Amino acid sequence: MSAVSTSAARLRPAKESRVDARHHRGAARWVILGLACVFALAMLAPFLIMLLNAFKSPTDYSQNGPLTLPQTLYFDGLVKFWVRTDFPVKLWNSIMISGLVAVGGTLLSLLSAYAIGIGRVKGRVALIAVFLVANMLPQEAIIYPLFTMANAVGLSNSQWSVIIIFVVIQAAFGIYLLSSVLSTFPNELLEAAALDGAGRWRILWSVVYPILRPTLGVLMVFFFIWTWNEFFIPLVMLTSNATQTVPIALSSLQGDRMMDAPTTNAGALVSLLPALIFFLIFQRTLTRGVTAGSVK
Amino acid sequence: MTTIAPPTRNRKAAWVHYLPYLIPGVLAFVLVIGYPLVMNVYISLFKWKGGMAPMRWYGLGNYADLLADEAFWTSFRNSISMIVAMVIVPTLVGLILAAVLFDVLGRRFGPRVASFLRATYYLPQILPVAVAGVVWNWILNAEDGAINSILAGFGVTDPPNWLGDPALAMPSVMLVLIWVQIGYPVVIFMAALQRVDPELYEAAELDGAGWWARFRAITLPQIKPETFVVTLTCTVAALKVFAPVYVLTRGGPEGTTLVPSYYSFLNFFDKSKVGYGAAIATVLTLVIIIVAGVILAFQARAERREREGR
Repeated sequence: MSAVSTSAARLRPAKESRVDARHHRGAARWVILGLACVFALAMLAPFLIMLLNAFKSPTDYSQNGPLTLPQTLYFDGLVKFWVRTDFPVKLWNSIMISGLVAVGGTLLSLLSAYAIGIGRVKGRVALIAVFLVANMLPQEAIIYPLFTMANAVGLSNSQWSVIIIFVVIQAAFGIYLLSSVLSTFPNELLEAAALDGAGRWRILWSVVYPILRPTLGVLMVFFFIWTWNEFFIPLVMLTSNATQTVPIALSSLQGDRMMDAPTTNAGALVSLLPALIFFLIFQRTLTRGVTAGSVK
Repeated sequence: MTTIAPPTRNRKAAWVHYLPYLIPGVLAFVLVIGYPLVMNVYISLFKWKGGMAPMRWYGLGNYADLLADEAFWTSFRNSISMIVAMVIVPTLVGLILAAVLFDVLGRRFGPRVASFLRATYYLPQILPVAVAGVVWNWILNAEDGAINSILAGFGVTDPPNWLGDPALAMPSVMLVLIWVQIGYPVVIFMAALQRVDPELYEAAELDGAGWWARFRAITLPQIKPETFVVTLTCTVAALKVFAPVYVLTRGGPEGTTLVPSYYSFLNFFDKSKVGYGAAIATVLTLVIIIVAGVILAFQARAERREREGR
């Protein structure tokens, strides 16, 4: 991205007019920067208030309000939330569900998109349209039958029901995306591999997969974050403490007596940290994958 | 483009050999989405308390009842507020923010400033919306919420009940949704702006066009495809919105923030009116498909006009 803007700057010939314009807007650009920063601060305000009050004792809060730094660091809120929700269990549930959905959803997307994009099976346009519509469906329109089905096969209140459902829901988007990527896949590569005697299975894993890897990486990161953030289906399907995910655990404590300001804020803080850390770690995968996709 | 000929004698039906790769996807899809969707429509034709209770045939009765149900109409009216908060405001503000970040700040202060600001706008998008909603619920809480505590510090004795007052609840929810949503169009539009040929701006600038004129004559038409994508995805998301309403207001007070998805959830799992809930979900599905179809048709027409205009 920065490469684009620097090369654009190099292309710019009219230096004098540029200096002129800069002179002109000397004050205006600082005003605009100021406004953008104020807006950024407003966007960050909820997080800042959350941080300020996560480790502040309730008496400190009621005396000094939400905008002061805590007088002493108070960890009872965090401990209360941690113990009450059995947080490590929730964390593990979220990691397991999101991780398996990311891998399973990507695999399912790749297999189906291989048949649609490269195999060019009959009726592929209709298939893609169906997957696209599936992606727009409200989850309410499938939840009750899914709930009944999970009960019937002994997967009620099981993480596996949620995993299976989200593998398919996420794959609906993945198939749509990968099919369009694969439909522009260089034919020469496939033909060369076929001439060398590689079968369809070999071609998929030794020709298509290596080239598609950056895109698959992006897809996996998205599936992980999307599944981590999901609320409605886990809320309905996971009914006990042992199976629930992090967002459900936090929201299920709403209205509870123990949820004073520090407990709420510390709970929210530890609940959103994993998503934030995961995003920061994989931000490079994302940018790399996005550019790799655009170069092709 | 020719279809490749894999090692097979039967060239005509080469695609048949790829069917095994499609089977897992199609099977899983039928099982997890297709069949439940059909079943949901079937359920909507019955009066059913759920579970082992008997299902009594009701025909289109549930749908007829919906038409007379004030709460049902309220929930869809509230969907319009959701569209304002999740589509219209974020798209308009996002457009201006993206243009300012890219055009003014990115160029005059360097791309690092622009990407840092973009990241702060995008932050709410990567966090679980339910968790963000819980924080907002506390911030807006009438008794010990952050805003009212600050107001109390200023000596306000009777601070507003942000989420409990029927007149204030919807604006409060909308504010939170705008905050959640705004980063998405900013990121998409900034990516779109990088696609636009900078020489177009150079030429316009040399012709003496001001920022606003360039924005209208170059930026807006050039990033139309992305605008459609943002409008479509955000509108669908606005019609489906559930988690923020669940953690902020549960549809209250007095149903002023009720939305279709929450209303169907309520009938399914709270009121044990499963057939009725299924009917609401079916109507919501139809509305989403129709609205998406209309937006896609608009897009197709705009593209056709553009091609003819050239």
